[in-house]
Amino acid sequence: MTDAIALFLILLGLLFFFSGTVGLLRFPDAFTRLHALSKADTLALGLVCAGLALQADDGLLRAKLLLIWLLVLISGATCSSLIARAALAHGIRPWQR
Amino acid sequence: MRALPSHTVFDRGSGDPAMTLLHTAFDALLLLSMIVLAWQGVHARNMFRAVVSFMMFGLLTAVAWVRLEAPDIALAEAALGAGLTGALLLATLGRLEGDVSIERASRRAVRIPLPWAALGLVGATSLLAVALALPAPGLGGRVQEAMPAAGIDAPVTAVLLNFRSWDTLLEIAVMLLAVIALWSLGRDVLASPSRLPAPALPALVRLLFPLFILSTFYLLWRGGYGPGGAFPAGALLAAGLVLALLAGARVPKRVTGAPLRWALAAGLLAFLVVALAVMAESGVFFAYPEDYAPLLIAVVEIAAGLSIGVMLTALFLGGEPVSGDPVGGDPVGGDR
Repeated sequence: MTDAIALFLILLGLLFFFSGTVGLLRFPDAFTRLHALSKADTLALGLVCAGLALQADDGLLRAKLLLIWLLVLISGATCSSLIARAALAHGIRPWQR
Repeated sequence: MRALPSHTVFDRGSGDPAMTLLHTAFDALLLLSMIVLAWQGVHARNMFRAVVSFMMFGLLTAVAWVRLEAPDIALAEAALGAGLTGALLLATLGRLEGDVSIERASRRAVRIPLPWAALGLVGATSLLAVALALPAPGLGGRVQEAMPAAGIDAPVTAVLLNFRSWDTLLEIAVMLLAVIALWSLGRDVLASPSRLPAPALPALVRLLFPLFILSTFYLLWRGGYGPGGAFPAGALLAAGLVLALLAGARVPKRVTGAPLRWALAAGLLAFLVVALAVMAESGVFFAYPEDYAPLLIAVVEIAAGLSIGVMLTALFLGGEPVSGDPVGGDPVGGDR
């Protein structure tokens, strides 16, 4: 049962990774690409970490997985914000239809 | 005692052909990506693209080291190859004036003169021949045999700080020489903090900087019995310091001058003092007496780790920091 839930979470995470990557490839400008990538990847990593934590043997490993997710969550969000600001500073205007 | 990395990486899924196939497919994809990124790094249309390719290449090199079961090198490669070298190259790129497009240069570079092509071919062939001629298990067995006398449990640290400490000493001396050469060129040229208000970065640095320091000392301590040690720890310390500099922190006035110079030289000094001191005891340069080996190695490791971190940060600063800079007082944040 636990294995089935873990498998489901990891597969769901992979789906989000995939959709984030599709967004990165298909969206028209830096801002929309960041929008797709940062959120989808953060959620995907959280799901994969949750799935792996379910299969982990001890609490220390679970804590490490949680810490990895939190650190990537914080730094990923900051990086996206920095890239978007740098793009604005270089005169890239957000895409409009 | 931890065993040396085995040389059976590629059949780790032993018994399960599906896992073996998966590993082989992953390795093939990794190699292919690295070759493509290396090509892009050399032949990219503009320098920014080349630098980003190089950083990605460093990241994948770290993954390759993980696949080869060498976590020590993977750690150092991730911090140095993908992080610090990338930051250095990007900072250099920011200081270059005018058009950084290298379209013409790269187009010209494609036409390699025939003698050079021939020489390159000979060189590549001889490298391949040497690689094939090397005995397959390498020196792992001999290191394992000598481990009881090393005075330390981690094979990589034993090799770096005991069996070939002379090489490591020279590596640190070369780094220090690089910093001295850089300082002789002028004062620090770190660009002023970004004109854009980016509140997220200083906030992130405030949060992460203590973690960088903690991880640095964890890696130094761990170097005694597992993957870790002076080089990954130093690289991590430098990454934290460079991040703080990028977030607007400046070298505090009370650190410039003598304290900074001592910090830069501490690794080499500790190394030399230990090497000469044990010479008085045993008569041989760097021959640690077995009783004191763990202590001496720990002293050298801590001093070298801190110095490596400060030296890498000094390289990023691009010159000697002069007191009288706009200093905000607190190490992180500065003035804005």
